[in-house]
Amino acid sequence: MDLLTAIFVDPFVRMGTNPTFLVQVIWEGFVSGVLYALVALGFVLIFKASGVFNFAQGIMVVFAALALVGLHEKGVPAWPALLVATGVMLILAIGIERVVLRPLVNQPDIILLMATIGLTRFLVGLGEMVFGGEPKVMITEALGIPTGILRIPLFGKSLILKEIDMTAAVVAILMVAFLAVFFARTKIGRALRAVADDHQAALSVGISLNRIWVIVWFAAGIVALVTGIMWGARSQVSFDLEVIALKALPVLILGGFTSVPGAIVGGLMIGIGEKIGEIYWGRLLGGGIESWLAYLIALAFLLFRPQGLFGEKIIERV
Amino acid sequence: MFYREVGQFKSTYAADMAIFPIRQDRIGIAVMLGLAVIAIPLVANDFVLASIMIPGLVFTLAAIGLNILTGYAGQISLGTGAFMGVGAYAAFKMASAFPQVNVIVWILASGVFSAGVGVVFGLPSLRIKGLYLAVTTLAAQFFLDWCFVRVGWLTDYSSSGAIEAARRSLFGIAITGPEATPLARYFVVLGLVVLLTFVASNLVHGRIGRTWMMVRDMDIAAELMGVRLLPAKLLAFAVSSYFAGVAGAMMVFFWLGAAEPSAFGISLSFQVLFMVIIGGLGSMIGSYFGAAFIWALPVLIKFTPNLFGIEIQSATVEHANSMIVGALIIFFLIVEPHGLAKLWAVTKQKLRVWPFPW
Repeated sequence: MDLLTAIFVDPFVRMGTNPTFLVQVIWEGFVSGVLYALVALGFVLIFKASGVFNFAQGIMVVFAALALVGLHEKGVPAWPALLVATGVMLILAIGIERVVLRPLVNQPDIILLMATIGLTRFLVGLGEMVFGGEPKVMITEALGIPTGILRIPLFGKSLILKEIDMTAAVVAILMVAFLAVFFARTKIGRALRAVADDHQAALSVGISLNRIWVIVWFAAGIVALVTGIMWGARSQVSFDLEVIALKALPVLILGGFTSVPGAIVGGLMIGIGEKIGEIYWGRLLGGGIESWLAYLIALAFLLFRPQGLFGEKIIERV
Repeated sequence: MFYREVGQFKSTYAADMAIFPIRQDRIGIAVMLGLAVIAIPLVANDFVLASIMIPGLVFTLAAIGLNILTGYAGQISLGTGAFMGVGAYAAFKMASAFPQVNVIVWILASGVFSAGVGVVFGLPSLRIKGLYLAVTTLAAQFFLDWCFVRVGWLTDYSSSGAIEAARRSLFGIAITGPEATPLARYFVVLGLVVLLTFVASNLVHGRIGRTWMMVRDMDIAAELMGVRLLPAKLLAFAVSSYFAGVAGAMMVFFWLGAAEPSAFGISLSFQVLFMVIIGGLGSMIGSYFGAAFIWALPVLIKFTPNLFGIEIQSATVEHANSMIVGALIIFFLIVEPHGLAKLWAVTKQKLRVWPFPW
């Protein structure tokens, strides 16, 4: 009985008696959800266009952020460093397409997945060798990102919002909007959608698959750079960031591998869900449930909708 | 020329379906076993035994387990590390609760527990397929990892959170714990791995194995032909987790001696998955090749510069190692997506037709 109260009554009582705190928790969850959604967005872009389940997205985030910070440490001013870091992502995209993707066309899913895991190992080694393994501080001020704290009175108490978090949310929304317009209105965007729809049909009307793949990996690289800056500004730039890639996986299965809106909605659901679960129910289990709660939410969800929230219906024929 | 089955007639169905139908293969296996039992203990020193042979064999067993699930039954799993952990913790708990029973019994029994856990986490496989399933197996990985850290009962409330192999002996010779010599541990590990390989090999050659392969190739077609998917998939999860669990128990008892929860993390799962893919999906011998390759390669990379008298900082070696392993994995996937087992098959074919090209 005590246990049932602890599960079904106490958390809601706590939510009701301190609504400001609840809003604060939801905000924190929302911000981490935005960042999950950004990582998931990188996955979805690549999965749609090339059918590759890109496990290396997490390390691409780290790599991009490290390149930026590393260049700044060498004395390059912040904005040129940002440009060069973008260039690094472009070179990476071209290299991956040439060396990894092109020879592996038409291989089964698992082989491509393994190749990206191999790529992860390679980039971890390269990043540590070039930039060193120690955690670095993101160059927040040099890039002109506000770092203040905003206090908003709410229900008699004050809600604490970090300006970094708000910037992250705004940048993420802008980027998603930009991508949406890019996909819908430009020639390259249409080509991307054509490739996502049917590789062979796209080839037959003269769309170059290789070029599209470079563009998509580059786009994912830019998304990774933005994610890296935002995430690095909230904590630190280190190889621990790689684990956020694993956090993006439940987001993906929740939203569906092929859906951009799915990645965003899934990211927010997972972000808010796991924060609320951790704060209000985590204590019952001894804390730290954040590490697997997201997976459990996604798993429970998949049992009812195996293709995810917005995924295309899976039709199988014999 | 070197390898030819001409003149070896089979008069029964059983002989034709045997695991090694060709005489040369049987001789080859006997030679390999002879090498492993006699030559390696004579030649190898303690370092080679303890840090190459024993872990190699333990990983082989884990790779066989994952190969049954991924290579034969077609269900991708990223939770092998956690299932190995379940086996290790189960063996630890049972060996400390019932010290009078021989530890080998408990190591073999520990797999039963991980099989049970594997079945629970295999349940979604009926509705979820492919990469979606791979992600859900990560749920098992993270949830079990969390349990190893947070549930004190599993470690008998040890302050460090680590489990330690108890001191046990077999026929009066210490086989686990600090007193056990690498040689004694090597023989026990070798015996268990060979025994379990034999079991696995028989399983996949029989009716059950054919059922798994039908499910792998197309589960809807298999269902239409009368395969019951739920039992087939769950059995694959159970058997696979059993092997992983035994491998995990052996890892703690015969190799590491003690292990922290982080030893069974996601990187272990990936390492075993690498072994299966590099070795060859759906091949027993591939599991051996893959484990040997992935385990021995970093050791080789570490010691090669020393051979040439070049001093390199250990951190640099570590990074270079990561890069080389990553690059080699991609290289192998490009050159031979079917793994080392396929290269072996090609070699055998070449030996058979030599000196003619076909």
